[in-house]
Amino acid sequence: MNNVFVYIEIEDREIADVSLELLTKGRELANTLGVKLEAVVIGNNVKDLAPELAKYGADTVWVAEDEMFSPFRTLPHTSVMVGLIKQEQPQIALFGATPVGRDFAPRVSSALHSGLTADCTELVIGEHKDAKSGKEYDSLLYQIRPAFGGNIIATIVNPECRPQMATVREGVMRKEELAVPAAGEVREIKWKEMVSDTDLAVRIVERHIEERKINIKGASIIVAGGYGVGSKEGFKLVHELAEVLGGEVGASRAAVDAGFTEHERQIGQTGITVRPKLYIACGISGQIQHTAGMDGSAMIVSINTDPAAPINKIADYAITGSVEEVIPKMIKYYKQNSK
Amino acid sequence: MEKVTRIVVMAKQVPDTRNVGKDAMTPEGTVNRAALAAIFNPEDLNALEMALQMKDRIGNATVQVLTMGPQRAADVIREAMFRGADGGYLLSGKEFAGSDTLATSYALSCALRKINPDIIVAGRQAIDGDTAQVGPQVAEKLGLPQVTYAEEMVDIKEGEVIIKRRLERGSETVVAPLPAVITVNSSAKECRPRNAKRVMKFKYALATSEMAAENDKAKAFIEERPYLHIVEFAAADVNPDPEQLGLAGSPTKVKKIENVVFQAKEAKSLTADDKDIESLMQELIASHTLG
Repeated sequence: MNNVFVYIEIEDREIADVSLELLTKGRELANTLGVKLEAVVIGNNVKDLAPELAKYGADTVWVAEDEMFSPFRTLPHTSVMVGLIKQEQPQIALFGATPVGRDFAPRVSSALHSGLTADCTELVIGEHKDAKSGKEYDSLLYQIRPAFGGNIIATIVNPECRPQMATVREGVMRKEELAVPAAGEVREIKWKEMVSDTDLAVRIVERHIEERKINIKGASIIVAGGYGVGSKEGFKLVHELAEVLGGEVGASRAAVDAGFTEHERQIGQTGITVRPKLYIACGISGQIQHTAGMDGSAMIVSINTDPAAPINKIADYAITGSVEEVIPKMIKYYKQNSK
Repeated sequence: MEKVTRIVVMAKQVPDTRNVGKDAMTPEGTVNRAALAAIFNPEDLNALEMALQMKDRIGNATVQVLTMGPQRAADVIREAMFRGADGGYLLSGKEFAGSDTLATSYALSCALRKINPDIIVAGRQAIDGDTAQVGPQVAEKLGLPQVTYAEEMVDIKEGEVIIKRRLERGSETVVAPLPAVITVNSSAKECRPRNAKRVMKFKYALATSEMAAENDKAKAFIEERPYLHIVEFAAADVNPDPEQLGLAGSPTKVKKIENVVFQAKEAKSLTADDKDIESLMQELIASHTLG
């Protein structure tokens, strides 16, 4: 009772990275609160994943296994999650901010009338005093996220309703195996009592899973372009530099929205979070929504015509100049000096 | 004659957070809403297009827009009418102020119970919050199935809709029974533009409270033309439980808002001169950051 739940996302019998990252964060929260960390796995033939989840801190692994649960469909997963939460009364429930988590976590929150905060970048336990009622709470979950176009950072709490629910994007939290795995005790969910025939109303008739073509997350060098790159053609320069340096191409949301490059390359709060060795920001102003996804980079070089661009505040090197002028020079002098 | 299929598009008027200028924040660090343009939430336009495609396919159908917001949110309904919607509903009242996503979806679900449509379509998420929660939360409150991340309406026929939807990696095609809630991704077809004839026809469309401010002649003009009347619901019109509305009905509370202040570190300033770029590349190579 009153433990911390993490919903485990499975695709092709593999545990999503974001779920392991949430277990690591969940372990920390559970330790602070002095409660257990419980993983919830809903799928087909998933019991053997328990040892892996234990490595990342799961004391308990709740399992519901049936063909109907794989591939993911909204209604069966919602019914099982809602049923288990009603039975076990966790105080916190965490979900990946993936298309799966973003599809069904809101439904779970709606069914339970509990609040849900999307795309959190930080989760911390802290105290709270309600300004109106004066009521005090010792240990609420602070759900911290940029809001309003990244101009503000909001701390959200959920004083009265349980569980306190949050989604977190992949790559935002670190995943870390424990030196000694947790118990990982497997417990069966009595899902037959939770699912009804109407949950099978939506049928999947066709499904294509694509290989990940763009691997920004794993790249040690990222050359990212922003709105300041100016055009799709301008992005060719960004690609050229990335190719010469052996890196990947990233982008800000503004560049993606303007159609300069693919959505898969978007870095930031609503995109991918990266921590490369070198991040070269080309024509990126540096709104918090973007920097939230890259400020863990070991070294940041910015190229911007505006010396006062916010990106320069977190950059190690700030080049004042246009992308068209600077990138060709970088390519030239890299080639000359690296031999 | 066959029954008319009634399609409702949930749309939101949002501040244009994509084009935030320097005056977007007040000196006190709060959001200066007046400095931000109010626009039709981009993915709600994709949703409108999908709804219009459904209407085109079915023939005997209507598309109505439902929006919750202040009086000026009626602009969203008029814009939708210019592009092909038949009309709309404005849900407006101070009772709704301070709603989080759950209280918003509750209010919308009350209005939808009253409208009782056959299909509900919405944008996946709004750019002022990016939560993607309201669509699924409305579906749950109405006990309807949902299809999120919709990219293409493949077909719609007697009692069901076939939708291609985006996955994290890839896509799938699903068949959903109607009524259902569909939320549409930005990768779906762009919305058709305004139609000049429709602009002429609908530019005088007004919501009830907007009409009240007009003179008698204008009122009579609209009363003679029911298609120009945007239905307006106050909270009491949709029979809600007041406990579930607005701030009181919102489980999540904002504890703290911080204006973004960047922690400045010492950035080395460089010019675009050859000398500066060459020494930078040499440094990066020497420190094994490159190569």
